[in-house]
Amino acid sequence: MNLADGVQLVSFLVLAAMMIGAALGVVLLSNIVYSAFLLGLVFISMSGMYILLNAGFVAAAQILIYVGAVNVLILFGIMLVNKREDFVPIKNAWVNQVATAVVCLGLFALLSTMVLATPWAISSATPIGDMAIVEIGKHFFSDYLLPFELASVLLLMAMIGAIVLARRDYLPDELLTSERRDEPSALTLPERPRELISSNKK
Amino acid sequence: MCCSSPWEKPDNGILFEKASEKTSYELSSQPPSLLSSANNMSPGIDLQASFIELLEGFGLTHGVAKAVWLPLPMVIIVGAVTVLALVSTWLERKVSAAAQQRIGPEYMGPLGMLVPVADVAKLLFKENMVPAKTDPLLFSLAPLLVFIPVFLSFLIVPFGQNLVITDLNIGVFLWISLSSIAPIGLLMAGYSSNNKYSLLGGLRAAAQSISYEIPLALSVLAVVMMSNSLSTIDIVNQQADAGILSWNVWRQPIGFLIFWIAALAECERMPFDLPEAEEELVAGYQTEYSAVKFMLFYAGSYANLVLSALLVAVLYLGGWEFPIPVSLLASWLGVSETTPWLQVITGTLGIVMTLFKAYLLLFIAILLRWTVPRVRIDQLLDLGWKFLLPVSLVNLLLTAGLKLAFPVAFGG
Repeated sequence: MNLADGVQLVSFLVLAAMMIGAALGVVLLSNIVYSAFLLGLVFISMSGMYILLNAGFVAAAQILIYVGAVNVLILFGIMLVNKREDFVPIKNAWVNQVATAVVCLGLFALLSTMVLATPWAISSATPIGDMAIVEIGKHFFSDYLLPFELASVLLLMAMIGAIVLARRDYLPDELLTSERRDEPSALTLPERPRELISSNKK
Repeated sequence: MCCSSPWEKPDNGILFEKASEKTSYELSSQPPSLLSSANNMSPGIDLQASFIELLEGFGLTHGVAKAVWLPLPMVIIVGAVTVLALVSTWLERKVSAAAQQRIGPEYMGPLGMLVPVADVAKLLFKENMVPAKTDPLLFSLAPLLVFIPVFLSFLIVPFGQNLVITDLNIGVFLWISLSSIAPIGLLMAGYSSNNKYSLLGGLRAAAQSISYEIPLALSVLAVVMMSNSLSTIDIVNQQADAGILSWNVWRQPIGFLIFWIAALAECERMPFDLPEAEEELVAGYQTEYSAVKFMLFYAGSYANLVLSALLVAVLYLGGWEFPIPVSLLASWLGVSETTPWLQVITGTLGIVMTLFKAYLLLFIAILLRWTVPRVRIDQLLDLGWKFLLPVSLVNLLLTAGLKLAFPVAFGG
């Protein structure tokens, strides 16, 4: 084993340990902010894996999209939601946790047997490396055009949804306390009813 | 999994397997070059080869000589960047003093040039304290998350023709993706300080970074489209034909302005320094920080400013190129381009030009800071989303159209 192989092996091991450790942290920690930050670490180690696979562009895109956009938005969401609530401790919470653990372990076992049983077709071709950007571009506009366009439609839908949610009119607190104190509002924010704009309005 | 990567088939074990079967591109098998000649226009000085030859002259083997060389460029660049950031803090003091008709730092060294050194010494020896009720782990981690990506981004900045740590093929994209890590550090700083002003500052910083990253990336994309490459070396070489006339600033005037505005916003400079607006937020996300941790934020912000200025110089102002191409001057004087002394002069001129352009832009940034008032947060977000984003999209479309119409002038 020469130096390059050794470095590759060591970095793979370090990245794998980091990824698994951080992923376990995301699931197991009770502080949601820690979970969100650790999710960023998972994404970063994933991008390190891409670098080991000779896919520099995918690695950079992974950081830009998942760490820079998705994870920051998750953190934003967590930090902007300012709804303090005293949760009543649930009775027999361990049943819930045991059930979750069993389901997760089952899924893990299923996936690992799948991974081990599948005869993976390992290509002997050299990794494309530096030409990857050109190739990805070509695939986007030829045989992967439909998934690419569908993904953009999905993003458009998400954006419209976000705009609709963000433009709601909230009722001020004093109005709320006088009028609709009786309504249960654990998961809904008080919202002023809006008339829908109909398309055939004359 | 399903929507993460549309080009990757789920049943396909190896990434790009299909792609590499179909096409037979000539793969570059050589390792990434460290400060070595990356362009084939005029080779210039190959520092790596000469250094290794020199060491081999002392009786070292090739492998050992290369191992000695490997960390050198990185150490030099980290040192140089630190010095550049310190110089920019001195420049900030002097220019702000001039803008306010003061003298500014005067007694510490000639023209007060030792002020940054005194600053660093002070911050290093201060007590490194963590305020009560903060989250100590995140509190210490946050400055590093802001600091490291900035210094890592200098990997791709060419200071001269062959003076770049590595000529990555993803080039500027690396900078864009690395700069997107910083908001996480800012959010972390804001959250862990356990202070409402810090949290507000962190949230503002993150919102600002995210909003201005998009016009920034789009204006870079227009330049990349013209030079057909993400590599910073290729981008500069593409502007090298006719001296000052072929610089991208003439072909991308809108892109240049958008990039500069967005870069200022990314650096949280004055018209956009809402995250640390003193009158509203004390000092934003840095409120609780002191000593070394504060120094990391401070150095990070100035290094980021230098980085942005350098990248504007590289992307739009011809990088290390002299306004009149050196090869043209050499042919006028009847000197061969491979003459050693001419190569030394060219190399020196490259560094001087890069730094001159970068510091000119830095000077403009500092002057802007001391002349224009701060914008409001809603104005900031309006400018980013409702003005810069559409304009940069139009600019991209225009560039694509011009590239198809005039492939000679717009790099077809």
